[in-house]
Amino acid sequence: MKTHQFEVIVVGAGGAGLMAGLYASKTAKTAVISKLYPTRSHTGTAQGGIGAALASEEEDHPEWHTFDSVKGSDYLGDQDAIEFMCEEAIPAIYELEHMGLPFDRTPDGKISQRPFGGHTNNITGKPVRRACHAADRTGHMILQTLYQQCIKNNVTFYDEFQVVDLLMVNPQTTGVSGATAGVVAIELASGEMHVFHAKAVIFATGGHGRIWEITSNAYSFTGDGPAITMRRGLPLEDMEFFQFHPTGIYKLGILITEGVRGEGGILINGQGERFMEKYAPTVKDLASRDVISRAIYLEIREGRGVNGQNYVYLDVRPESVNKYAALDGRKNLDGTPFVVTGEQILAKLPDIVDFCRVYLGVDPLTQPMPIQPTAHYAMGGIPTNMYGEAIKDEKNSLVPGLYAAGEVACVSVHGANRLGTNSLVDLVVFGKYAGLRAAEFAKGASYQPLPPDPAEFAHAQFDQFLTSDGTENAFDIAREMKKVMFDDMGIFRSGKGMQNALKKVRELQARFKHVRVADSGKIFNMELINAWELGNLLDLAEVTTVSAIARTESRGGHSREDYPDRDDKKWLKHTMAYLRPNGKIDLKYKPVVITKYEPKVRTY
Amino acid sequence: MQVTIKVFRYNPEKDKKPGYKTYKLDAIETDRVLDLLEKVKGYQDGTLSFRRSCAHGICGSDAMRINGFNRLACKTLVRDTGAKITVEPILGLKVIKDLIVDMEPFFENFRSVMPYFVNDEPEPAQERYQSPAERERFDDTTKCILCACCTTSYPSFWANDKYLGPAAIVTAHRFIFDSRDRAAAERLKILNDVFGIHRCHTIFNCTLACPREIQVTKAIGEVKMALVTGKLD
Ligand SMILES: Cc1cc2nc3c(=O)[nH]c(=O)nc-3n(C[C@H](O)[C@H](O)[C@H](O)COP(=O)(O)OP(=O)(O)OC[C@H]3O[C@@H](n4cnc5c(N)ncnc54)[C@H](O)[C@@H]3O)c2cc1C
Ligand code: SF4
Ligand code: FES
Repeated sequence: MKTHQFEVIVVGAGGAGLMAGLYASKTAKTAVISKLYPTRSHTGTAQGGIGAALASEEEDHPEWHTFDSVKGSDYLGDQDAIEFMCEEAIPAIYELEHMGLPFDRTPDGKISQRPFGGHTNNITGKPVRRACHAADRTGHMILQTLYQQCIKNNVTFYDEFQVVDLLMVNPQTTGVSGATAGVVAIELASGEMHVFHAKAVIFATGGHGRIWEITSNAYSFTGDGPAITMRRGLPLEDMEFFQFHPTGIYKLGILITEGVRGEGGILINGQGERFMEKYAPTVKDLASRDVISRAIYLEIREGRGVNGQNYVYLDVRPESVNKYAALDGRKNLDGTPFVVTGEQILAKLPDIVDFCRVYLGVDPLTQPMPIQPTAHYAMGGIPTNMYGEAIKDEKNSLVPGLYAAGEVACVSVHGANRLGTNSLVDLVVFGKYAGLRAAEFAKGASYQPLPPDPAEFAHAQFDQFLTSDGTENAFDIAREMKKVMFDDMGIFRSGKGMQNALKKVRELQARFKHVRVADSGKIFNMELINAWELGNLLDLAEVTTVSAIARTESRGGHSREDYPDRDDKKWLKHTMAYLRPNGKIDLKYKPVVITKYEPKVRTY
Repeated sequence: MQVTIKVFRYNPEKDKKPGYKTYKLDAIETDRVLDLLEKVKGYQDGTLSFRRSCAHGICGSDAMRINGFNRLACKTLVRDTGAKITVEPILGLKVIKDLIVDMEPFFENFRSVMPYFVNDEPEPAQERYQSPAERERFDDTTKCILCACCTTSYPSFWANDKYLGPAAIVTAHRFIFDSRDRAAAERLKILNDVFGIHRCHTIFNCTLACPREIQVTKAIGEVKMALVTGKLD
């Protein structure tokens, strides 16, 4: 077993991890550890845009961005943090541009912006151009640019090292964890365990959308970060809130960006109706994601899917776009009517066109795309304050030396429902602050002692897969988990369905103990790694379900048929879920930070 | 339909030399080769190892030789391969296990061309301006996902992994033709000096291999032209 020592360890090399790594390495001895080669991270798949009130082409203000995000969050977001993020978004975008990020441009050379769901002009209520983009590969350009800057600045990387445990002083002993001492990681190429002794650790491991059957999320989105910290006694915040994106490719779940609707695309049901007019009369197809996903679900349930199937159409054919733009009276900025050609659509959405051609054999310029909602984004995660510092209880006490940023974290700026473009903002803003704070902390702190056998807990978790009786198959367990979570813990939920999901997940957890891996080798033993990742997903599925059952209201991404209304009297609060040493999940709550915006009824 | 998938296998901990194993399974036309590999791993042989993440052609993890051509397993459908499929690791890089190769020489080449934006002039308070036409000039090469399909389809690279290869040149192109960047001359010097660009025989292997449909040969041609003329237009 090798031991390394760094002042700051960043776990994860997506947008959040790279930003943290860039900033921490300016003043502290830092290493970034990632299970994937950095450019393989999921940030690279983000398509549509990154939001900031630059007002490149029309009036916009950070206050509007703040209000839209608060409203989008269904008032569960912490307003101080949201305000901070929306203000910081502006310099963050310019910083990315200065790092060379090739944003698309306006005719006069400024960063071009497109409309996106839930982003509005707060006076007229109409969509505003706030999403900065590089075609439909904005995330790819962010990931590449940040990684390139890391190369330029000689940031140290451990690529294809999988972190499997967090080392702390006195974990779990009092139910409340102590200071951070480092992490344990497996080098995939050799199978060796490495200990990284550190003063500060930043988790930036992304989301856990592989819990659900239809998902836009990569194979790597297995929630390693929250599973690790939860097992060390730290809480997870708001896990019941998971976003279903309205437009995934039918059956495959591959994402079709909201940018398609920003460019004028519309949703059409099996009867040829533009049904969003009914559900969101003002912004229609650009309502917030939770609202649209529910609308699609209801259309399908009431028999208005296409050909009675579980999908509707997303239509971006120029003739359809132009027809509905004319009906809406949509105008260009110079007041001329909004009209598009097929070439313009191809230029703005090349990857989307490519996905449809490859995976569906459908050409979106001449045919509508079959879509269904797809599991997409974790609003919940490791609780932090607005500087990326991890929190260990309902009083917001800090865990010395522990940080989290990006999708794995819950600041909370997304509350019960994230607005499109706000995750990429979250990565760069909070990634930066987590990096700065961790480095600052490391300067004033000394290394905590390592436990006598630092890899003990990690070994225990992995050894079970080599010694169990092997009567269960991991793939079957994964398939059953995904199915029940999609059916009963999806867009609409009910007490009965969720109880069923919980029962099933617990049964799968028990069966999981009988999984044995066939591969006994050390080199790239992906079977072993994937088995461990499945354990993470199962544990997070359980926390998600337990948190959801308790919340007897509907808010944002958590929508209950047995409790259809938002209940601010009882539920305007964040869930904090703890895994206790006896295996029980314990729920506590903490208040939402409200500064300027009192909760109101949410209509679009 | 039933498909037969013949997969290159090598586990240095056990096998004296590499070989192939054949698996039969049910598939539909729209299955990705990656889906088939996952199914084999899940139900027939858990020891099969390969890299993957996004499963829709964006992360660049799963470049493989599929029926003799460099492809991403997640972007190749049974519809395209037919019922008989052979899957092997990409060539020219050391096999670590099964379909996993050592990518380090590839990334080393990438890092050698100054793959980052350089402009030391004082930063404006807002963005640096760039016209849509200037932005369009290098659009194609910004799409690269570093999958190595192009470079490892290239005979010169099989012979010598110090040969920079198309992917590194594509990256250089992305910066050389960016109107905001100031290090074009340095990059061109690197490309000229080290086992450079002159070995490209424009045989278009690389363009055909690129899953992002980047005009790789064209990009190489433009860099070559810049080297000869010293001009960037
Ligand atoms: C298809 C798609 C489109 C999207 N489009 C948009 C958009 O247009 N706008 C927007 O704002 N948001 C968008 N999002 C959301 C956004 O892209 C993600 O939330 C965000 O990129 C997550 O970034 P991250 O840095 O937190 O994680 P990632 O980029 O996924 O990085 C996670 C990193 O952690 C590493 N890691 C994970 N586990 C371990 C471990 N155990 N040990 C070591 N390393 C580990 C991985 O290797 C990886 O480097 C989109 C998401 C998807 C899936
Ligand atoms: S140029 Fe194309 S084939 Fe070559 S590495 Fe980039 S994306 Fe892959
Ligand atoms: S898995 Fe990402 S490109 Fe194939």
